Amino acid sequence: MENAHPYEIFPLGDSALTIDLGNRISSQLNQKALGMQVWFSKHPFEGMKDLILGYSSLSVIYDPFHVQKKNKLIGTVSAFVKEKLEEAYLRSADAAEENGEEINLPVCYDGGFGSDLAQIAESRNLTVEEVIEIHLSRAYRVYMMGFLPGFAYMGEVDERIQVSRKQKPVAVTAGSVGIANGQTGIYPLDSPGGWQIIGRTPIRLFEASAELPVKLRAGQSIRFRRINLSEFEQIIAAQTE
Amino acid sequence: MSVSILRSGVLDTIQDVGRYGYSNYGINISGPMDPYAMKVANLLVSNPVEKAVIEIHFPGPQVLFEQNALISLTGADFAPTINGEPVPMWKPLVVRRKSVLLFSHLEDGARCYLAVHGGFCVPKWLESSSTNLKAKSGGWQGRKLEKGDEINFGETNLYYPVLLKENNVTVLPWSVDRNTVYQLPHEIGFIPGHEWSLLSEESRQRLLQNNFIIHPSSDRMGYNLRGPEINPSEDFQLVSSAVSFGTIQLLPNHQLIILMADHQTTGGYPRLGHVISAHLPKLAQLAASDSLTLIPVDMSTAEQLLFSQEMELQIISNGCADRMKNAICLA
Repeated sequence: MENAHPYEIFPLGDSALTIDLGNRISSQLNQKALGMQVWFSKHPFEGMKDLILGYSSLSVIYDPFHVQKKNKLIGTVSAFVKEKLEEAYLRSADAAEENGEEINLPVCYDGGFGSDLAQIAESRNLTVEEVIEIHLSRAYRVYMMGFLPGFAYMGEVDERIQVSRKQKPVAVTAGSVGIANGQTGIYPLDSPGGWQIIGRTPIRLFEASAELPVKLRAGQSIRFRRINLSEFEQIIAAQTE
Repeated sequence: MSVSILRSGVLDTIQDVGRYGYSNYGINISGPMDPYAMKVANLLVSNPVEKAVIEIHFPGPQVLFEQNALISLTGADFAPTINGEPVPMWKPLVVRRKSVLLFSHLEDGARCYLAVHGGFCVPKWLESSSTNLKAKSGGWQGRKLEKGDEINFGETNLYYPVLLKENNVTVLPWSVDRNTVYQLPHEIGFIPGHEWSLLSEESRQRLLQNNFIIHPSSDRMGYNLRGPEINPSEDFQLVSSAVSFGTIQLLPNHQLIILMADHQTTGGYPRLGHVISAHLPKLAQLAASDSLTLIPVDMSTAEQLLFSQEMELQIISNGCADRMKNAICLA
């Protein structure tokens, strides 16, 4: 299936390059981008500094001077790294299933945690309970991490509960579960945020002192499990012990 | 070996060259706003370029050197004094124990770097000493420096105290010429971004022919620019993808933002361009209310400018090491 995904490679300045597979939310494109990321982490080139996965893209951050010194290039370093991305595209398989593990996350929709639930229900002609049920009704793919340390962009949300972002960001508490258009996500830290908040998880998604401080990964499948307020408090208490 | 903060400044943080390798978890790179000044600060005190330094904003802190120290100050000129005496920037200084460094007024620039021989020692978080304010991690306890903080610096076998004469400060007689890096401070080169072509021709001309003012809301995360209204020729939606230090985004209010050292890893606004790496140092030294113009640059030129900066750092590194050895031998 060569050329199954047409792609575009463009510079993100003089020290980064992006390969974009289609500028849309698609698990297939995301899987291919993840596959390229896996390929690069197994076949890094000298001077490669970081990789950033997007919904349908992968970006490589590199040190142009280092790459130049190692390779004594006649053309630009950017053109050289572009070839690396083309190679990654051709050689990488879709990401291995090892990343596709299913994670179960408890979410409490009660106790006022879902501060925007009532408004979402009203605007979509549903009851609050229906909004919650629809949110719980499927597993979500983690497409990418970004925005905040440990913030997972997940999708896709059922059309019946899709709502747009808020006009202006408001203060959001760590653990808050939000939705915005086709996406759902959890704020790992207290932060200003514009997503509509429907609940809160007691699970810490960012723990600075952990060896790897971030719990979720691109490629995982997340299933939310509804808990009540006292279960929420119990999990919080158990974590602080 | 340590320094104590006698009075805190507005925003002083420990930074090394940045935290690479964790962007995929949403953990941003951080690091110095002006990487050139930060690296030169290290070279002047015979450190490797990547050692942790203190990035200082104005008003700056008051710093007490508990022991003798070999230090340097680069980047913005906040009129530094030691024990009340003005000291020069961009030169190695040997400072006697119990001396106090403070910054008397804002002369020029926006971020100053204090390096000390041996480097500031903080526990590394994810392989880096850079402060990540958002994650409240890295650097000094994940936060800006406060009164009472006592930060250690490394000990080495370089015997610089021999350079202290009767005075409390010895200014070593060599310095770095920084003119090429910071010349034409308001002209900022950029490589057109992926969405550049989606601007109307009129907006492109407006962007190229006008000044932009850096808004006071600007910080280490980004510079909010105020200038002419920039419009895309059509409405388009982008799914989130990576952004970089220097990315120029078009905001929904038709104004521009340039992402700086503490920028988030990903974004979904149109990328009109990316400031070239060689111009990030001078961009980092512009402050609120300063103006800038954006000048398109091709990739080859951008890379060549960066390479000559890197080669200059190499020359500075060798020159500083030789002079330091000679000075100590002759003392």
